Amino acid sequence: MNYLDLLSLGDTGWGDEMLLGALMTILVSLSAMAIGLFFSIFATMAKLSSSAISRSIGNIYTTIVRGIPELLVIYLLYFGANNAIMGIAKGVFGYNQYIELPVFFIAALAVGLISGAYSTEVIRGAFLAVPKGQIEAAQSVGMHKFLIFHRILVPQVLRFALPGLGNVWQLTLKDTALIMVTGLVEIMRQAHIAAGSTHEPFTFYITAALLFLTLSSASSRVLNIAENWANKGIRRA
Amino acid sequence: MTNALEIKHLVKSFGDLEVIKDVSLSAKQGDVICIIGSSGSGKSTLLRCINLLEMPNSGQVLVNGELIKMTVDKNDQACPSDHKQVDRIRTKLAMVFQSFNLWSHMTVLQNVIEAPVHVQKIDKNQAIESGKKLLAKVGITEKADQYPSNLSGGQQQRVAIARALAINPDILLFDEPTSSLDPELVGEVLKVMKSLAEEGRTMIVVTHEMGFAKEVASKVIFLHNGHIEEQGTPEEIFNTPKSERLKKFLYSNIEG
Repeated sequence: MNYLDLLSLGDTGWGDEMLLGALMTILVSLSAMAIGLFFSIFATMAKLSSSAISRSIGNIYTTIVRGIPELLVIYLLYFGANNAIMGIAKGVFGYNQYIELPVFFIAALAVGLISGAYSTEVIRGAFLAVPKGQIEAAQSVGMHKFLIFHRILVPQVLRFALPGLGNVWQLTLKDTALIMVTGLVEIMRQAHIAAGSTHEPFTFYITAALLFLTLSSASSRVLNIAENWANKGIRRA
Repeated sequence: MTNALEIKHLVKSFGDLEVIKDVSLSAKQGDVICIIGSSGSGKSTLLRCINLLEMPNSGQVLVNGELIKMTVDKNDQACPSDHKQVDRIRTKLAMVFQSFNLWSHMTVLQNVIEAPVHVQKIDKNQAIESGKKLLAKVGITEKADQYPSNLSGGQQQRVAIARALAINPDILLFDEPTSSLDPELVGEVLKVMKSLAEEGRTMIVVTHEMGFAKEVASKVIFLHNGHIEEQGTPEEIFNTPKSERLKKFLYSNIEG
Protein backbone atom coordinates (compact mmCIF):
# COMPACT_ATOMS: atom_id res chain seq x y z
CA MET A 1 0.00 0.00 0.00
CA ASN A 2 1.24 3.47 -0.71
CA TYR A 3 1.21 6.41 1.68
CA LEU A 4 -2.17 7.75 0.63
CA ASP A 5 -3.84 4.35 0.90
CA LEU A 6 -2.39 3.83 4.34
CA LEU A 7 -3.81 7.14 5.44
CA SER A 8 -7.13 6.98 3.66
CA LEU A 9 -10.31 7.37 5.63
CA GLY A 10 -12.52 4.34 6.08
CA ASP A 11 -11.98 0.70 6.89
CA THR A 12 -8.75 0.06 5.04
CA GLY A 13 -6.81 3.22 5.87
CA TRP A 14 -5.68 4.72 9.17
CA GLY A 15 -6.50 8.32 8.33
CA ASP A 16 -9.69 8.54 10.35
CA GLU A 17 -8.09 6.79 13.33
CA MET A 18 -5.18 9.23 13.27
CA LEU A 19 -7.57 12.18 13.14
CA LEU A 20 -9.50 10.78 16.08
CA GLY A 21 -6.19 10.45 17.88
CA ALA A 22 -5.49 14.11 17.14
CA LEU A 23 -8.90 15.01 18.53
CA MET A 24 -8.06 13.09 21.71
CA THR A 25 -4.71 14.91 21.94
CA ILE A 26 -6.52 18.23 21.68
CA LEU A 27 -9.07 17.23 24.33
CA VAL A 28 -6.44 16.00 26.76
CA SER A 29 -4.28 19.08 26.17
CA LEU A 30 -7.14 21.48 26.73
CA SER A 31 -8.29 19.68 29.86
CA ALA A 32 -4.73 19.47 31.17
CA MET A 33 -4.11 23.15 30.51
CA ALA A 34 -7.35 24.08 32.27
CA ILE A 35 -6.55 21.83 35.24
CA GLY A 36 -3.02 23.25 35.28
CA LEU A 37 -4.25 26.85 35.30
CA PHE A 38 -6.63 25.98 38.09
CA PHE A 39 -3.78 24.53 40.16
CA SER A 40 -1.47 27.38 39.29
CA ILE A 41 -3.84 30.04 40.58
CA PHE A 42 -3.78 28.44 44.02
CA ALA A 43 -0.07 27.67 43.85
CA THR A 44 0.69 31.27 42.86
CA MET A 45 -1.41 32.59 45.73
CA ALA A 46 0.39 30.18 48.04
CA LYS A 47 3.80 31.21 46.77
CA LEU A 48 3.05 34.92 47.08
CA SER A 49 1.38 34.51 50.44
CA SER A 50 2.75 36.14 53.55
CA SER A 51 2.38 32.86 55.42
CA ALA A 52 5.51 30.72 55.45
CA ILE A 53 3.48 27.49 55.48
CA SER A 54 1.55 28.44 52.34
CA ARG A 55 4.77 29.44 50.63
CA SER A 56 6.41 26.13 51.35
CA ILE A 57 3.36 24.17 50.14
CA GLY A 58 3.53 26.09 46.86
CA ASN A 59 7.25 25.53 46.61
CA ILE A 60 7.00 21.81 47.34
CA TYR A 61 4.49 21.41 44.51
CA THR A 62 6.51 23.22 41.86
CA THR A 63 9.83 21.76 42.99
CA ILE A 64 8.66 18.15 42.98
CA VAL A 65 6.70 18.28 39.75
CA ARG A 66 9.34 20.20 37.85
CA GLY A 67 12.12 18.16 39.40
CA ILE A 68 11.12 14.69 38.26
CA PRO A 69 10.66 13.48 34.67
CA GLU A 70 7.19 13.97 33.19
CA LEU A 71 6.89 10.27 32.38
CA LEU A 72 7.48 9.45 36.02
CA VAL A 73 4.79 11.89 37.14
CA ILE A 74 2.38 10.12 34.82
CA TYR A 75 3.34 6.66 36.13
CA LEU A 76 3.16 7.78 39.74
CA LEU A 77 -0.25 9.28 39.26
CA TYR A 78 -1.53 6.40 37.13
CA PHE A 79 -0.65 3.77 39.68
CA GLY A 80 -0.89 6.00 42.72
CA ALA A 81 -4.34 7.42 42.01
CA ASN A 82 -5.93 4.00 41.51
CA ASN A 83 -4.31 2.67 44.66
CA ALA A 84 -5.38 5.72 46.61
CA ILE A 85 -8.98 5.46 45.41
CA MET A 86 -9.07 1.74 46.21
CA GLY A 87 -7.55 2.41 49.60
CA ILE A 88 -10.18 5.00 50.35
CA ALA A 89 -12.96 2.76 49.05
CA LYS A 90 -11.77 -0.08 51.22
CA GLY A 91 -11.02 1.95 54.31
CA VAL A 92 -14.04 4.21 54.30
CA PHE A 93 -16.71 2.20 52.50
CA GLY A 94 -15.44 -1.35 52.95
CA TYR A 95 -15.53 -1.82 49.17
CA ASN A 96 -13.10 -4.53 48.09
CA GLN A 97 -13.35 -4.68 44.31
CA TYR A 98 -10.80 -3.42 41.85
CA ILE A 99 -11.46 0.17 40.81
CA GLU A 100 -9.92 1.90 37.88
CA LEU A 101 -10.29 5.62 37.30
CA PRO A 102 -11.07 6.68 33.72
CA VAL A 103 -7.79 6.85 31.84
CA PHE A 104 -8.72 10.18 30.32
CA PHE A 105 -9.15 11.64 33.78
CA ILE A 106 -5.79 10.39 34.99
CA ALA A 107 -4.04 11.55 31.83
CA ALA A 108 -5.50 15.04 32.01
CA LEU A 109 -4.75 15.23 35.71
CA ALA A 110 -1.14 14.08 35.29
CA VAL A 111 -0.34 16.41 32.43
CA GLY A 112 -2.32 19.12 34.22
CA LEU A 113 -0.16 18.75 37.31
CA ILE A 114 2.96 19.17 35.21
CA SER A 115 1.56 22.03 33.18
CA GLY A 116 0.32 23.72 36.36
CA ALA A 117 3.76 23.73 37.92
CA TYR A 118 5.17 25.60 34.95
CA SER A 119 2.18 27.93 34.73
CA THR A 120 2.66 28.76 38.39
CA GLU A 121 6.12 30.12 37.73
CA VAL A 122 4.86 32.11 34.76
CA ILE A 123 1.94 33.63 36.65
CA ARG A 124 4.02 34.36 39.72
CA GLY A 125 6.53 36.21 37.57
CA ALA A 126 3.71 38.15 35.91
CA PHE A 127 2.32 39.21 39.29
CA LEU A 128 5.72 40.46 40.38
CA ALA A 129 6.13 42.33 37.09
CA VAL A 130 3.24 44.68 37.83
CA PRO A 131 4.92 47.86 39.06
CA LYS A 132 4.30 48.40 42.77
CA GLY A 133 3.68 52.08 42.11
CA GLN A 134 0.57 51.25 40.10
CA ILE A 135 -0.83 49.39 43.09
CA GLU A 136 -0.04 52.34 45.34
CA ALA A 137 -1.72 54.69 42.88
CA ALA A 138 -4.82 52.51 43.08
CA GLN A 139 -4.71 52.51 46.89
CA SER A 140 -4.25 56.26 46.93
CA VAL A 141 -7.56 56.85 45.15
CA GLY A 142 -9.39 54.63 47.61
CA MET A 143 -9.60 51.38 45.65
CA HIS A 144 -10.05 48.40 47.95
CA LYS A 145 -8.18 45.11 47.61
CA PHE A 146 -10.67 43.30 45.42
CA LEU A 147 -11.04 46.26 43.07
CA ILE A 148 -7.26 46.57 42.75
CA PHE A 149 -7.05 42.86 42.06
CA HIS A 150 -9.52 42.74 39.23
CA ARG A 151 -9.13 46.22 37.73
CA ILE A 152 -5.36 46.73 37.99
CA LEU A 153 -3.63 43.41 38.67
CA VAL A 154 -5.48 40.80 36.63
CA PRO A 155 -5.45 42.65 33.27
CA GLN A 156 -1.74 43.27 33.56
CA VAL A 157 -0.90 39.82 34.90
CA LEU A 158 -2.76 38.30 31.95
CA ARG A 159 -0.81 40.40 29.53
CA PHE A 160 2.54 39.66 31.14
CA ALA A 161 1.74 35.97 31.51
CA LEU A 162 0.37 35.28 28.03
CA PRO A 163 3.67 34.67 26.19
CA GLY A 164 4.84 32.36 28.98
CA LEU A 165 1.52 30.55 29.15
CA GLY A 166 1.68 30.10 25.38
CA ASN A 167 4.96 28.34 25.94
CA VAL A 168 3.42 26.16 28.64
CA TRP A 169 0.60 25.29 26.24
CA GLN A 170 3.06 24.07 23.62
CA LEU A 171 4.83 21.96 26.27
CA THR A 172 1.51 20.62 27.47
CA LEU A 173 0.53 19.67 23.95
CA LYS A 174 3.75 17.71 23.55
CA ASP A 175 3.61 16.18 27.02
CA THR A 176 0.36 14.49 26.09
CA ALA A 177 2.41 12.17 23.85
CA LEU A 178 3.73 10.59 27.03
CA ILE A 179 0.30 9.50 28.19
CA MET A 180 0.30 6.80 25.53
CA VAL A 181 1.77 4.68 28.31
CA THR A 182 -1.61 4.73 30.02
CA GLY A 183 -3.24 3.26 26.94
CA LEU A 184 -5.22 6.35 26.05
CA VAL A 185 -5.43 6.48 22.28
CA GLU A 186 -4.12 9.85 21.26
CA ILE A 187 -1.86 10.69 18.31
CA MET A 188 1.18 8.88 19.64
CA ARG A 189 -0.61 5.75 20.77
CA GLN A 190 -2.54 5.58 17.51
CA ALA A 191 0.63 5.94 15.47
CA HIS A 192 2.19 3.18 17.53
CA ILE A 193 -0.76 0.85 16.93
CA ALA A 194 -0.86 1.60 13.21
CA ALA A 195 2.89 1.22 12.88
CA GLY A 196 2.73 -2.19 14.56
CA SER A 197 -0.11 -3.46 12.46
CA THR A 198 1.14 -2.24 9.07
CA HIS A 199 4.91 -2.55 9.63
CA GLU A 200 5.24 0.98 8.32
CA PRO A 201 6.49 2.77 11.44
CA PHE A 202 8.11 5.68 9.64
CA THR A 203 4.95 6.55 7.75
CA PHE A 204 2.91 6.77 10.89
CA TYR A 205 5.44 8.50 13.05
CA ILE A 206 6.01 11.14 10.39
CA THR A 207 2.23 11.54 10.22
CA ALA A 208 2.15 11.95 14.00
CA ALA A 209 4.88 14.57 13.71
CA LEU A 210 2.91 16.46 11.06
CA LEU A 211 -0.22 16.35 13.21
CA PHE A 212 1.66 17.75 16.21
CA LEU A 213 3.23 20.45 14.03
CA THR A 214 -0.17 21.41 12.66
CA LEU A 215 -1.60 21.67 16.17
CA SER A 216 1.29 23.70 17.51
CA SER A 217 1.47 26.12 14.60
CA ALA A 218 -2.29 26.64 14.70
CA SER A 219 -2.05 27.39 18.38
CA SER A 220 0.80 29.84 17.94
CA ARG A 221 -1.40 31.76 15.53
CA VAL A 222 -4.14 31.98 18.12
CA LEU A 223 -1.63 32.96 20.78
CA ASN A 224 -0.22 35.72 18.60
CA ILE A 225 -3.65 37.20 18.18
CA ALA A 226 -4.25 36.96 21.92
CA GLU A 227 -0.93 38.61 22.70
CA ASN A 228 -1.57 41.48 20.33
CA TRP A 229 -4.89 42.02 21.99
CA ALA A 230 -3.43 41.88 25.48
CA ASN A 231 -0.45 44.07 24.69
CA LYS A 232 -2.44 47.21 24.12
CA GLY A 233 -0.48 50.03 25.67
CA ILE A 234 2.86 48.30 25.82
CA ARG A 235 5.57 49.96 23.86
CA ARG A 236 7.41 47.42 21.74
CA ALA A 237 11.11 47.39 22.43
CA MET B 1 -12.80 76.24 61.30
CA THR B 2 -11.28 72.76 61.31
CA ASN B 3 -7.98 72.29 59.56
CA ALA B 4 -8.04 70.48 56.25
CA LEU B 5 -5.17 68.34 57.47
CA GLU B 6 -3.64 67.90 60.84
CA ILE B 7 -0.73 65.68 61.78
CA LYS B 8 0.06 65.21 65.45
CA HIS B 9 3.26 63.70 66.83
CA LEU B 10 3.78 61.36 63.92
CA VAL B 11 6.52 58.75 64.32
CA LYS B 12 7.58 56.26 61.67
CA SER B 13 10.42 53.80 61.77
CA PHE B 14 11.64 51.14 59.42
CA GLY B 15 13.01 48.47 61.73
CA ASP B 16 15.38 50.23 64.08
CA LEU B 17 15.70 53.27 61.87
CA GLU B 18 13.46 56.10 62.99
CA VAL B 19 12.64 58.02 59.83
CA ILE B 20 10.03 60.44 61.15
CA LYS B 21 10.54 61.69 64.69
CA ASP B 22 7.54 63.34 66.27
CA VAL B 23 6.39 65.57 63.42
CA SER B 24 3.31 67.73 63.80
CA LEU B 25 1.91 70.04 61.16
CA SER B 26 -1.40 71.42 60.04
CA ALA B 27 -2.82 72.81 56.83
CA LYS B 28 -5.78 75.09 56.53
CA GLN B 29 -8.11 75.02 53.57
CA GLY B 30 -6.25 76.52 50.60
CA ASP B 31 -2.78 76.20 52.11
CA VAL B 32 0.10 75.14 49.92
CA ILE B 33 2.68 73.53 52.15
CA CYS B 34 6.01 72.75 50.58
CA ILE B 35 8.21 70.22 52.34
CA ILE B 36 11.87 70.58 51.48
CA GLY B 37 14.96 68.82 52.72
CA SER B 38 17.83 66.71 51.50
CA SER B 39 17.23 63.13 50.39
CA GLY B 40 16.84 60.81 53.34
CA SER B 41 15.33 63.54 55.46
CA GLY B 42 12.00 61.68 55.51
CA LYS B 43 9.95 64.03 53.34
CA SER B 44 8.42 61.35 51.12
CA THR B 45 7.83 59.03 54.06
CA LEU B 46 6.01 61.79 55.88
CA LEU B 47 3.80 62.39 52.85
CA ARG B 48 3.12 58.67 52.43
CA CYS B 49 2.12 58.41 56.10
CA ILE B 50 -0.65 60.91 55.48
CA ASN B 51 -2.64 58.59 53.20
CA LEU B 52 -1.33 55.46 54.91
CA LEU B 53 0.78 54.14 52.06
CA GLU B 54 3.18 53.87 54.99
CA MET B 55 1.75 53.03 58.37
CA PRO B 56 2.87 55.50 61.01
CA ASN B 57 4.03 53.78 64.20
CA SER B 58 2.36 56.36 66.36
CA GLY B 59 0.77 59.76 66.13
CA GLN B 60 -2.45 60.95 64.59
CA VAL B 61 -3.60 62.05 61.17
CA LEU B 62 -6.82 64.05 60.92
CA VAL B 63 -8.42 64.88 57.59
CA ASN B 64 -11.11 67.56 57.78
CA GLY B 65 -11.09 66.96 61.51
CA GLU B 66 -11.72 63.21 61.13
CA LEU B 67 -9.16 61.06 62.91
CA ILE B 68 -7.88 58.06 60.96
CA LYS B 69 -8.40 55.25 63.43
CA MET B 70 -5.34 53.10 63.94
CA THR B 71 -4.69 49.90 65.83
CA VAL B 72 -1.99 47.22 65.96
CA ASP B 73 -2.15 43.86 64.19
CA LYS B 74 -1.14 40.49 65.61
CA ASN B 75 2.51 41.14 64.77
CA ASP B 76 2.37 44.37 66.73
CA GLN B 77 2.55 46.42 63.55
CA ALA B 78 0.51 49.57 63.23
CA CYS B 79 -2.45 49.22 60.88
CA PRO B 80 -5.74 50.99 60.28
CA SER B 81 -8.61 49.68 62.38
CA ASP B 82 -11.22 50.47 59.74
CA HIS B 83 -10.22 49.82 56.13
CA LYS B 84 -13.45 51.29 54.84
CA GLN B 85 -12.64 54.53 56.61
CA VAL B 86 -9.18 54.55 55.05
CA ASP B 87 -10.57 53.98 51.55
CA ARG B 88 -13.08 56.75 52.10
CA ILE B 89 -10.51 59.19 53.43
CA ARG B 90 -8.12 58.34 50.63
CA THR B 91 -10.64 59.70 48.13
CA LYS B 92 -10.25 62.99 49.98
CA LEU B 93 -6.47 62.83 49.62
CA ALA B 94 -5.31 62.39 46.08
CA MET B 95 -1.65 61.69 45.48
CA VAL B 96 0.67 62.47 42.60
CA PHE B 97 3.78 60.30 42.52
CA GLN B 98 7.33 60.89 41.46
CA SER B 99 7.13 58.11 38.87
CA PHE B 100 3.58 58.97 37.69
CA ASN B 101 2.29 55.42 38.28
CA LEU B 102 -0.33 55.61 35.58
CA TRP B 103 -2.05 52.28 34.95
CA SER B 104 -0.34 51.15 31.81
CA HIS B 105 -3.14 48.92 30.50
CA MET B 106 -5.58 51.81 30.40
CA THR B 107 -5.78 54.79 28.09
CA VAL B 108 -5.28 58.29 29.42
CA LEU B 109 -9.02 58.86 29.73
CA GLN B 110 -9.58 55.44 31.30
CA ASN B 111 -6.94 56.27 33.90
CA VAL B 112 -8.77 59.45 34.76
CA ILE B 113 -12.26 57.95 35.04
CA GLU B 114 -11.26 54.72 36.80
CA ALA B 115 -11.68 55.86 40.38
CA PRO B 116 -14.73 58.07 39.79
CA VAL B 117 -16.53 55.19 38.08
CA HIS B 118 -15.41 52.23 40.19
CA VAL B 119 -14.76 53.78 43.60
CA GLN B 120 -17.14 56.69 43.70
CA LYS B 121 -19.78 55.02 41.48
CA ILE B 122 -20.29 58.08 39.34
CA ASP B 123 -22.19 57.56 36.10
CA LYS B 124 -19.71 56.64 33.37
CA ASN B 125 -20.82 59.22 30.83
CA GLN B 126 -20.72 61.91 33.43
CA ALA B 127 -17.23 60.74 34.49
CA ILE B 128 -16.05 60.83 30.89
CA GLU B 129 -17.36 64.35 30.50
CA SER B 130 -15.66 65.65 33.62
CA GLY B 131 -12.55 63.58 32.80
CA LYS B 132 -12.26 65.32 29.44
CA LYS B 133 -12.58 68.69 31.15
CA LEU B 134 -9.77 67.78 33.50
CA LEU B 135 -7.60 66.64 30.61
CA ALA B 136 -8.26 69.97 28.92
CA LYS B 137 -7.28 71.71 32.11
CA VAL B 138 -3.89 69.98 32.19
CA GLY B 139 -3.54 70.42 28.42
CA ILE B 140 -3.70 66.78 27.31
CA THR B 141 -7.02 66.74 25.43
CA GLU B 142 -5.61 65.32 22.22
CA LYS B 143 -4.00 62.34 24.00
CA ALA B 144 -7.17 61.06 25.69
CA ASP B 145 -7.20 57.77 23.81
CA GLN B 146 -3.46 57.12 23.92
CA TYR B 147 -1.78 54.73 26.32
CA PRO B 148 0.59 56.19 28.92
CA SER B 149 3.62 54.60 27.26
CA ASN B 150 3.09 56.86 24.24
CA LEU B 151 3.36 60.01 26.34
CA SER B 152 6.35 62.00 27.50
CA GLY B 153 7.13 62.14 31.20
CA GLY B 154 5.68 65.63 31.52
CA GLN B 155 2.50 64.58 29.79
CA GLN B 156 2.21 61.47 31.96
CA GLN B 157 2.57 63.54 35.08
CA ARG B 158 -0.10 65.96 33.91
CA VAL B 159 -2.40 62.98 33.31
CA ALA B 160 -1.57 61.78 36.81
CA ILE B 161 -2.59 65.18 38.13
CA ALA B 162 -5.87 64.97 36.19
CA ARG B 163 -6.41 61.48 37.63
CA ALA B 164 -5.85 62.85 41.12
CA LEU B 165 -8.25 65.74 40.52
CA ALA B 166 -10.89 63.38 39.13
CA ILE B 167 -11.82 62.05 42.56
CA ASN B 168 -12.51 65.62 43.60
CA PRO B 169 -10.18 65.51 46.60
CA ASP B 170 -9.94 68.05 49.39
CA ILE B 171 -6.18 67.77 49.59
CA LEU B 172 -3.60 67.05 46.91
CA LEU B 173 -0.40 65.30 47.92
CA PHE B 174 2.57 65.69 45.59
CA ASP B 175 5.55 63.40 46.10
CA GLU B 176 8.45 65.00 44.22
CA PRO B 177 6.30 65.37 41.11
CA THR B 178 9.06 66.75 38.92
CA SER B 179 12.05 64.76 40.15
CA SER B 180 11.99 62.13 37.43
CA LEU B 181 11.34 64.55 34.58
CA ASP B 182 13.79 65.85 32.03
CA PRO B 183 14.61 69.47 32.86
CA GLU B 184 12.76 70.85 29.86
CA LEU B 185 9.55 69.08 30.97
CA VAL B 186 9.55 70.32 34.55
CA GLY B 187 8.03 73.69 33.64
CA GLU B 188 4.82 72.32 32.14
CA VAL B 189 4.07 70.31 35.30
CA LEU B 190 4.90 73.19 37.65
CA LYS B 191 2.62 75.44 35.63
CA VAL B 192 -0.32 73.10 36.16
CA MET B 193 0.49 72.87 39.88
CA LYS B 194 0.69 76.62 40.14
CA SER B 195 -2.74 77.02 38.54
CA LEU B 196 -4.15 74.53 41.07
CA ALA B 197 -2.67 76.56 43.92
CA GLU B 198 -4.23 79.69 42.47
CA GLU B 199 -7.62 77.95 42.50
CA GLY B 200 -7.23 77.71 46.24
CA ARG B 201 -6.64 73.97 46.47
CA THR B 202 -5.02 72.58 49.57
CA MET B 203 -1.71 71.05 48.56
CA ILE B 204 1.11 69.32 50.36
CA VAL B 205 4.11 69.28 48.07
CA VAL B 206 7.37 67.45 48.65
CA THR B 207 9.74 69.09 46.22
CA HIS B 208 13.25 70.02 45.23
CA GLU B 209 11.97 72.95 43.19
CA MET B 210 12.95 75.87 45.41
CA GLY B 211 11.62 78.38 42.88
CA PHE B 212 8.17 76.78 43.07
CA ALA B 213 8.23 76.71 46.86
CA LYS B 214 9.32 80.34 47.03
CA GLU B 215 6.64 81.49 44.64
CA VAL B 216 3.63 79.32 45.48
CA ALA B 217 3.92 78.03 49.05
CA SER B 218 1.98 79.53 51.91
CA LYS B 219 4.23 77.65 54.29
CA VAL B 220 7.59 75.95 53.82
CA ILE B 221 8.75 73.15 56.06
CA PHE B 222 12.40 72.16 56.18
CA LEU B 223 12.76 68.56 57.25
CA HIS B 224 16.06 67.26 58.51
CA ASN B 225 16.67 63.75 59.83
CA GLY B 226 12.99 63.15 60.33
CA HIS B 227 12.10 66.24 62.31
CA ILE B 228 11.02 69.74 61.40
CA GLU B 229 14.18 71.78 61.65
CA GLU B 230 12.56 75.00 60.60
CA GLN B 231 9.25 76.23 59.19
CA GLY B 232 7.80 79.51 58.10
CA THR B 233 6.65 81.60 55.20
CA PRO B 234 8.73 81.37 52.02
CA GLU B 235 10.28 84.75 52.87
CA GLU B 236 11.35 83.56 56.31
CA ILE B 237 12.73 80.27 55.01
CA PHE B 238 14.50 81.52 51.91
CA ASN B 239 15.49 85.05 52.90
CA THR B 240 16.14 84.79 56.62
CA PRO B 241 16.91 81.18 57.42
CA LYS B 242 17.81 80.72 61.08
CA SER B 243 19.32 77.24 61.44
CA GLU B 244 22.77 76.46 60.09
CA ARG B 245 21.47 73.29 58.44
CA LEU B 246 18.84 75.17 56.46
CA LYS B 247 21.40 77.77 55.40
CA LYS B 248 23.72 75.01 54.25
CA PHE B 249 20.88 73.20 52.46
CA LEU B 250 19.73 76.33 50.65
CA TYR B 251 23.28 77.26 49.74
CA SER B 252 23.98 73.86 48.16
CA ASN B 253 20.63 73.83 46.38
CA ILE B 254 21.00 77.27 44.90
CA GLU B 255 24.55 76.43 43.84
CA GLY B 256 23.45 73.06 42.49
